[in-house]
Amino acid sequence: MNQYQGKVISWEVKQGVIEVALHHAPCNEIGLQSLEELEQLAAALPALEESAHALIFYSRQEAGFCAGGDLRELYRGLQQTKKSAAIAGIKEFHQRIHHVMNTFDASPLTTLAGVHGITFGGGLELALVCDLIIADKTARFCFPELRLGLIPGFGGIPRLKRDLGNAVVRDLVFTGRSFNATKAQQAGLVSQVVGEGEALRIARVTAAQLGKFDRHTAAAAKKFCKPIPYDELRREIEIVCDLYARPAVEAALKKFVESTAAQPYLP
Amino acid sequence: MPTEQQTIDEILDLAAAQFKVPREKLSPDDDFFKKLGIDSLQALSLLTRLEQHFNVELPDYELQGVSDFRTLAERIEARL
Repeated sequence: MNQYQGKVISWEVKQGVIEVALHHAPCNEIGLQSLEELEQLAAALPALEESAHALIFYSRQEAGFCAGGDLRELYRGLQQTKKSAAIAGIKEFHQRIHHVMNTFDASPLTTLAGVHGITFGGGLELALVCDLIIADKTARFCFPELRLGLIPGFGGIPRLKRDLGNAVVRDLVFTGRSFNATKAQQAGLVSQVVGEGEALRIARVTAAQLGKFDRHTAAAAKKFCKPIPYDELRREIEIVCDLYARPAVEAALKKFVESTAAQPYLP
Repeated sequence: MPTEQQTIDEILDLAAAQFKVPREKLSPDDDFFKKLGIDSLQALSLLTRLEQHFNVELPDYELQGVSDFRTLAERIEARL
């Protein structure tokens, strides 16, 4: 399947590059629909890898790359079922999203995220599974989960710890503040900072360069320099599910979802 | 180092250009959410422009409760 048009995600293979567009208003929040379509992509990858050397994630939404988990859907889920069933559902969701993220992370393809605007929470975690992040200068990166009484749940901390210095990890996670593209590049998160609206174009140029190299060698290099922290990722799911069981999380979600304040995204 | 008035003027210029609001309709004590008609995500894009323009880092939590241009200018000046 060289082309797929979903409700929230679409992809097509162009000149050996799988271009994956996120197009779920307002800012590609990741809920069940996104998960199901990401699972379809993950399932299609082995066949796509036969004819491709790279994959690019990008967003067609003006607000940004991805604002993270769909907190409204999550809150509705918590409201509509018994607590124990809701936590079981949350655990299953996290296991499934981890499987998807791990599949992208381990893919022999070279993977790129071309990001702009809001790249928060699960959106940053999706970017973090990629080998290279190319950010336009409007991009902002943030892990706001502590504001909700949570930690990032889609593999964020283990992959941040893999890729960045621990002091930067603590700064991002503990303060919940957002980094602009320049700061993110200085921290080692971003490979290239480009002009506004140029992230996808530069990602394509970079992907074309990657296509000049032998695939087997590129995959071997990736496997060697990008280990996947499976133990910590499994531990993350346990911690996140324990935190979800606390009443403080539901209260924080309620406050966020019902807020009419102008600044719900600011701590 | 720019004066406070210069900083405010530069913020107003940037905000007017970014959100396509006539510059003459903006004043230092305006609530920028209301006057620019923006939400919190758009406010973050203004924050990005301001950080780039003034070459400063402005942690989000320093903007908690800040909604007027004058206070925003004070926060920026504290980091110049």
